[in-house]
Amino acid sequence: MSNKLLWRATKAVFVREMRSELRSRQALNAVALFAVCSIVAVSLGLGPLNRSAELPLIHAALLWIVLLFAAFTALSRVFVVEEEQRTAAALRLAAPPHAVYLGKLLFNLVLLSALTVLIALLAIVLLRMQVKAPSIFAVMLAAGALGLVSGTTLIAAIIARSSSRSALFAVLSFPLLIPMLVTAVRGTALALAGMGWDRCLAPVQTLLAYAVALFITSLFLFATVWED
Amino acid sequence: MDAIELTDISIDYGARRVIAHLSLRLERGSVMVITGQNGSGKSSLLRVFAGLQRPSSGHVHYIANGQNSLPADARQDIGWMAPDLMLYRELSACENLRFYADVRGLTLRDSALMALLDRVGLHGRGDDIVATYSSGMTHRLRYAYALLHRPSVLLLDEPSVMLDERGHTLLAEVVDAQRAAGITIIATNDPREQRFADTLVHLEGAA
Repeated sequence: MSNKLLWRATKAVFVREMRSELRSRQALNAVALFAVCSIVAVSLGLGPLNRSAELPLIHAALLWIVLLFAAFTALSRVFVVEEEQRTAAALRLAAPPHAVYLGKLLFNLVLLSALTVLIALLAIVLLRMQVKAPSIFAVMLAAGALGLVSGTTLIAAIIARSSSRSALFAVLSFPLLIPMLVTAVRGTALALAGMGWDRCLAPVQTLLAYAVALFITSLFLFATVWED
Repeated sequence: MDAIELTDISIDYGARRVIAHLSLRLERGSVMVITGQNGSGKSSLLRVFAGLQRPSSGHVHYIANGQNSLPADARQDIGWMAPDLMLYRELSACENLRFYADVRGLTLRDSALMALLDRVGLHGRGDDIVATYSSGMTHRLRYAYALLHRPSVLLLDEPSVMLDERGHTLLAEVVDAQRAAGITIIATNDPREQRFADTLVHLEGAA
């Protein structure tokens, strides 16, 4: 298949996902509600935190824990819905596997980006999280989100036909995402504390390298996972 | 597509063997009808033909210009419809068909889309959301999905279930047209559909 046809099919899968989501709002509603509830619960539970050297690390950890679980809620839906609504066979027969993977990955990226902005804003308002290096903070979140999406989209395809999807999704994703999560928390804490690029570049590079490695591996494995 | 060859196909579900050592060859222009009681493996066999399910043993080969290919590599030549095939309910029929045309790399002109909807009896309903369709209309849309890319192999599983009398006429027209285009395989127990058969295969359900 030529690159032009692959891109066209990828774009079609992405646009179809967006159109379906904007009409049903299933994932958006579920995840936005989860994000708001989680951050409100954390802010009520913790109350005002004392300023200390550890505060940026605590805020970063809370932020990424909420993001991780929101991602678990949202990102598996792209494949689970295909199986639940029995549209997967028609798609499997018509679309090239790589286009399915790339289109759904792009959709997950858009969904997680919106979610990340929402959760970060809620954390800033409700947890009174101070962001001393906003541009580095934004880059750190973007790199982390890229890693989350790259890792979880393939896992979503693997678990879609299983009967205990939710548990399996968390069980398979967790070990894959832990190294990325630790780096993201530490990098985000540095950005919150106002450190410059000299300290923050290494975690960003690590996150991007991790995301690229997961993306390439997923691209190679996806056809087998999708077809079998 | 010149021919399809099944070699020693067996399909198992757990310890139960549904189809045992089935071998056959279908040539271009032929219509095969598969019959058998519920659970005898008709739908499974069609899914094996489509490459949507792997047989427990044996091979399916699609033969074109002397070259053999597996079903997974011949999907652009396969049109499949079945009662359990679902299209996106939140989209309209036109949006669904345009989507499947795009992912197949086809250019679908408005006139061709309207002609296809006309052919399957959905004239004037193309912009309706699929969730609002009756079961018969949904089944007609499955025909449109299967015929969209003018496949040389057409796999029809229970093709007239949920259809009215005019639906039977649609099926007869589709099968007649497909004789010239390639190979047709129908899984059914409806006696009216068995008359299309050049080859009739009755599945007993192995064990």
